[in-house]
Amino acid sequence: MVESDGKKRSGVLPDCIEMTEAEPGFTTEINRRSGVNVSLCWQCKTCSGGCPFAEAMDYHPNQIIRLVQLGVKKAALTSSAIWICVGCHTCSTACPQAIDMSAVMDALRQTAIREGAAIAEPHIHDFHKEVVNSIHRYGRTHKLEIMLRYNLARRDPFADFNLGLRMLQKRKLDLLPSKVRRVPDIRKLFKKGKAASHAG
Amino acid sequence: MPGKKNLEFSYFPGCSLETTARENNRSLYTFCERHDIELVELDDWNCCGSSSTHSIDHEPAKWLPTRNLALAPPGRPLMAACPNCHMRLKLAHMMLQQNPEDRKEYKRLWGRDFDPDLRIITFFELLSDLAVAGAFEKQQTGLKGMKIAPYYGCMLARPPMMRHEKNFYGLMEKVLLSLGAEPVKWGYSARCCGTFLAASRPDIVTRTVADIISGAERAKAECIVTACAMCQMNLEIRSRLPGKTPVFHFSELLALSLGIGGGRGWFRRHLIDPRPLLRARKLIG
Repeated sequence: MVESDGKKRSGVLPDCIEMTEAEPGFTTEINRRSGVNVSLCWQCKTCSGGCPFAEAMDYHPNQIIRLVQLGVKKAALTSSAIWICVGCHTCSTACPQAIDMSAVMDALRQTAIREGAAIAEPHIHDFHKEVVNSIHRYGRTHKLEIMLRYNLARRDPFADFNLGLRMLQKRKLDLLPSKVRRVPDIRKLFKKGKAASHAG
Repeated sequence: MPGKKNLEFSYFPGCSLETTARENNRSLYTFCERHDIELVELDDWNCCGSSSTHSIDHEPAKWLPTRNLALAPPGRPLMAACPNCHMRLKLAHMMLQQNPEDRKEYKRLWGRDFDPDLRIITFFELLSDLAVAGAFEKQQTGLKGMKIAPYYGCMLARPPMMRHEKNFYGLMEKVLLSLGAEPVKWGYSARCCGTFLAASRPDIVTRTVADIISGAERAKAECIVTACAMCQMNLEIRSRLPGKTPVFHFSELLALSLGIGGGRGWFRRHLIDPRPLLRARKLIG
């Protein structure tokens, strides 16, 4: 499962899953949070066959479901797959059991954040936090500020610098945000009025 | 709907059409004006939550779209321009239809009763109705003979809860054919563009975009047309190919078919300049 350069190959489960590491309560928790019964999955792999980003994932979508079925919590919560999945629903549309994969992935990410699991794709998480912060701040997304803050968060201030300039020239990026008038309406939807980056 | 004048919709533009994809918004308005359709922007609308909110924060993701539902005046359907915004609004509406506890919370939050009959549609549903009414039939348009790759991205894929909702696969082909264009058959029309990975994992999306655009090129398309503003942006910003296949919003092509588009500043805003193609085809001066 690990190549000579130390990187894990995409889509390979461990030869042996130590069931002593499994936590049956984990399956129940993810079922509850996602509203999906993962035991409906019979591992036909249709999801992974159609997934446009499976190659970029450590575990493929059906394998993530397998880890949840078996209660192998740590491997599921620390996987890159749960962050690479964009929720495009290509898999769910084809799934013979109508499993809402996107809901399972949401439940896994949110559980990983809440329990402080090691996040395999911190940049993707940082980006989501900046989008959510922008919504918390303005009620709408302000793309220029999201990109600037995201670059600061990942300590790469000049990433996509040329692209940003071109987008500014083309007036694709606005300097000022478009805002809702009644921002308190938006803030009250966040727990204790806090946005993602403060809550962790 | 066919034959009726002065159709009115509450209109949800969403963050992309409000800012980065303003040319999408303006061409959509222009198209609707010409078809005697009035769009009344939802007053003080907010972001639907986008992909990021449901990824990391359940509660605001659940409730953000509901504020927009509460802002929609009764008696007028709510139309969203962006397929993803539409999905978030529709899912929120379905959740409220199914769950009395959520309806109580909705009333507490927004001070009004939930409207179970509010019709929530996409721009594509409106187009579908216009197509059925024959709005695009037998027209000689400037799009005549233009080879176009229709790109739907993930708008054709929905979560299981929306399995039985209307889908519009083939609508772009049908409308383009009616307008005299030649939609090409190709393998990437429903390949997801990568959404937020374009910002957070550009290495992945650069490969995806190369697959999509070179697929269109192999099918001999002169341009690509998208159903979603996010797809349009991703195809433009992450293309590293030497070819310069332009990527249009569907609303832009619809406006062009009516002879509108030149001098409005829409095409100046594209990162892959479509003006050489449009001039060659005499669609703009």
